[in-house]
Amino acid sequence: MSALSLRGITKSFSGNAILKGVSLDVEPGEFIALVGPSGCGKSTLLRILAGLDHADEGEIVIGGEDMSAIAAADRNIAMVFQSYALYPHLTAGQNIAVPLAMRRLSGTQRLPFIGSLVPGQRATRAAIARDVGEMAKSLRIDHLLDRKPGQMSGGQRQRVALARAMVRQPSVFLMDEPLSNLDANLRVHARGEIVELHRRAGVPTVYVTHDQAEALSMADRVAVMIGGNLLQLASPQVIYDDPAHIEVARFVGQPRINVAPALAENGIVSFGDVRLGLKVPDASRTPVSLAIRPEFVRLADKAQNGLAAHVERIEFLGSEVTLYCKLDAIGEIMIAKLTPAEAAGVSAGMPVSLSLSSDKALIFAEDGRRIQAGPVSIDATLEKAHG
Amino acid sequence: MANLAIDAVPRARKTAAAHERSEARTAWLLALPAIVLIFFFILLPVVAVVFLGFTNFELGMGKFRFVGFENYAHLINDRAFRKALWNTTCYTAIVAPVSIVLGLGVALLIESETTARSFFRTVYFLPVASLIVAMATVWQYLFHPTIGPINSLLALVGIPGPNWLAASGTVLYSLSIIGVWQSVGFNMVLFLAGLTAIPRELYAAAEVDGARSSLARFRLVTWPMLGPTTLFVTTISIINSVKVFETVQTLTQGGPNHASEVLLFSIYQEGFIYLRVGYASSMTVVFLAILVMLTFLQYNVLDRRVHYS
Amino acid sequence: MSTNTLSPRAMAANRWPLGRVSRLALLLFGAVLFLAPYVFMLSVAGKAQSEIFTSALTLIPEQFYYVANFTKALSRVPLATLLWNGVLVCGLIFFFQVLIAIPCAYAMAKLKFRAARLMMVLVMLGLLVPIHATALPLYVAFSSLSLLNSYTALVAPFSISVFAIFMFLQFFRAMPDDLIHAARLDGMSELGIVTRVIVPNAWPAVTAFSIFSVVAHWNDLYWPLVVISKQDYATPPLGLMYFRAAEAGDDYGALMAATMIITLPLVAAFLFAQKRFVEGITMTGLKG
Repeated sequence: MSALSLRGITKSFSGNAILKGVSLDVEPGEFIALVGPSGCGKSTLLRILAGLDHADEGEIVIGGEDMSAIAAADRNIAMVFQSYALYPHLTAGQNIAVPLAMRRLSGTQRLPFIGSLVPGQRATRAAIARDVGEMAKSLRIDHLLDRKPGQMSGGQRQRVALARAMVRQPSVFLMDEPLSNLDANLRVHARGEIVELHRRAGVPTVYVTHDQAEALSMADRVAVMIGGNLLQLASPQVIYDDPAHIEVARFVGQPRINVAPALAENGIVSFGDVRLGLKVPDASRTPVSLAIRPEFVRLADKAQNGLAAHVERIEFLGSEVTLYCKLDAIGEIMIAKLTPAEAAGVSAGMPVSLSLSSDKALIFAEDGRRIQAGPVSIDATLEKAHG
Repeated sequence: MANLAIDAVPRARKTAAAHERSEARTAWLLALPAIVLIFFFILLPVVAVVFLGFTNFELGMGKFRFVGFENYAHLINDRAFRKALWNTTCYTAIVAPVSIVLGLGVALLIESETTARSFFRTVYFLPVASLIVAMATVWQYLFHPTIGPINSLLALVGIPGPNWLAASGTVLYSLSIIGVWQSVGFNMVLFLAGLTAIPRELYAAAEVDGARSSLARFRLVTWPMLGPTTLFVTTISIINSVKVFETVQTLTQGGPNHASEVLLFSIYQEGFIYLRVGYASSMTVVFLAILVMLTFLQYNVLDRRVHYS
Repeated sequence: MSTNTLSPRAMAANRWPLGRVSRLALLLFGAVLFLAPYVFMLSVAGKAQSEIFTSALTLIPEQFYYVANFTKALSRVPLATLLWNGVLVCGLIFFFQVLIAIPCAYAMAKLKFRAARLMMVLVMLGLLVPIHATALPLYVAFSSLSLLNSYTALVAPFSISVFAIFMFLQFFRAMPDDLIHAARLDGMSELGIVTRVIVPNAWPAVTAFSIFSVVAHWNDLYWPLVVISKQDYATPPLGLMYFRAAEAGDDYGALMAATMIITLPLVAAFLFAQKRFVEGITMTGLKG
């Protein structure tokens, strides 16, 4: 049984469809990254999951129970917000204690001064203090417990937010871009910490981010959402190598994947002047898109014949070199990722010859769906295509 | 030659010190009109009031002499003045808390409502923007014991309405009602500003943390975050209540029998009607002292507890 | 973060209309109470004396007496003079307040001079001192200068508004220094900077303050009461007081008509520019 299940979640705001029937399963202990460009609906989905918003249609099942109609406070879900949403008037310790106090103490017991005079709660308060202390120690913020959020750095606040989320051992963790307010080095470090925390806690986590690198590096499985649709849910490797939709391919990978228009005729894909050794099931003549990752675009030897192009721009990044080349035949830009050795002697404006690893080429139909293409043979001769 | 020498020195060589001096000079010039006016219209008069409070100056009576603390001694025994102090305190004690609570209540209601917000805001703020003297006159009609609608309404349910503005038992309450009516809108707007400044995410966090009811969220997020606003509203409300004058002057003239005599009215009577400027000045000093004390008390005692960032 | 999600409370309202209904009911009830004085003012202004005395609760007059009441009111209330005085006095006060406060606030905010801290103390002190505290000696002074019953007496004491200085100070402090540095690099004199850079950019603060100033001084009864005894110089509140004194009888119809006449300008201005009004108060509140 999956730990968390979303079925057909649909949501519109004033006529705009934000979520169009999203379904998703999270297995126990799994870390799922929900990734997509801004406006794709991922934050809305998270809020619906948390109970802060209600879907127009669809259901939410957590731990086997239907939670669709249950209020956020009762779903036993914890959430870390983008801006951490720490209560500014409470110390770190008090912040972390809030979810425990809300659940274990009654309204009267929580009154500012008189509350602590109500009998029968000393044990509860001690237990709360103990839990807060332990959680703080495990996140190494126990020395900050008496400080208010305004007196802490971004990284410290983030840990307090994490502590507050984890302290009551929820059944699901939700994280809404918790690292986007940190500066770059801290972000990379914090990624590791969150993954480590997840491993220790073993709680199923849905992690929203717009940063594909973050998603790929942290998650067990990645859910790519674009335009309100969940396009693919798979492991990072599969998302990268085997995208189900052209938008998924475009969203993931740095530098971006090369996409160029191609033609499938009688099952053979031709690209510009070149007939690729790729065969698709459909026999009719249809325009398709060819996509290939920059690392699979290389400079052809003089011996091989490649695609003629001119180098527009070179970016030197230390361990690799990115070449932006404009194909002579069809004017599309191809990006090639090379090692410095391979790129030696290349300069801007130079004519080059590009070779594509055809077996790594991805073919997409007009509507964006992936078409399975099988190799015929590598055939990059400069034959003119028929017709 | 001197001229050549001056031309030969590039302008950019003006030293840092010279630049600072010229900046200071300019600043002085810019601030001078304000300084002069503050001196003449605020500082000097305050000093004069304090000084006059120690004299028996009466306008139109030529000579006057220094009488030390005699005026103040007289004040302590002046029943009318003590009544004025008491009345002003009662008035403030009613109007300030009620208008603050109502202002907050209306602001909360409007904030959580999505339609017709600006309609309600306008309606509740209208009294603030209306001429006090004019609206006091309208209230006089409303409060009229025989032809006024309030008593007519009460008569419908069999309650004999009191003589609101002419009976010493009810006059302060009537004035308080008008005072509350006039101030709620102002407080409401201030609270609305404070409420909209609360980050929405805090409410989401509160919900997820287990604050199920509106009351729980109010206690955890709204009330603490409104701290600075509440302090400001409280200060303004109290000070404005202490300065009540227009309604008294227009409707009751301090009566009946000093029942609605308030501080400013007493000062006005003594100083501008009876022209006993010296005595009125000592009253003014007391009035000013009360204002200053109230302001300092609130800001020093509460300010630290209320600002978080 | 999605910015168009409903607040949790509003969201809850859609699921439980009962909560929303009771909220609206409360607001409407309060609105009725708050509007009652205006409704009655409108109603009584159109009633004949006899009707006022008999039927207090009927809102629509049996006989429409508006014309008679208003004629009577207008004949006793020199409306044009009052309005003109109000506009002139408030306008002059506002003009001088801004003229004096802006350079001062700019100097305090952006320039370094030793007296800046002293100025700050003066401003804070000034905030504590209302006109009521300084009225007596000022009255004596104006009286000895034979300046009572003049526009000077009405305008001069208010030409310095420490509140304006305070407000503009906060505003200027928040203005980026770079703007001024750029102007200096362009060779502008300090006075030039004030007139050509600061003033145009201070527009929001000026409009916010204008509302505050106009409402406060249009409404002011105390000081005009002290210095004015001739009708010619009466401001609207004072004019109404004279009318009340002249109208010794209980002609509430004419009285309400007069009230309406005098209240209408500011209320109309408010309704017309209510967003600005509210923004103005908000700005002063937030900065406080």
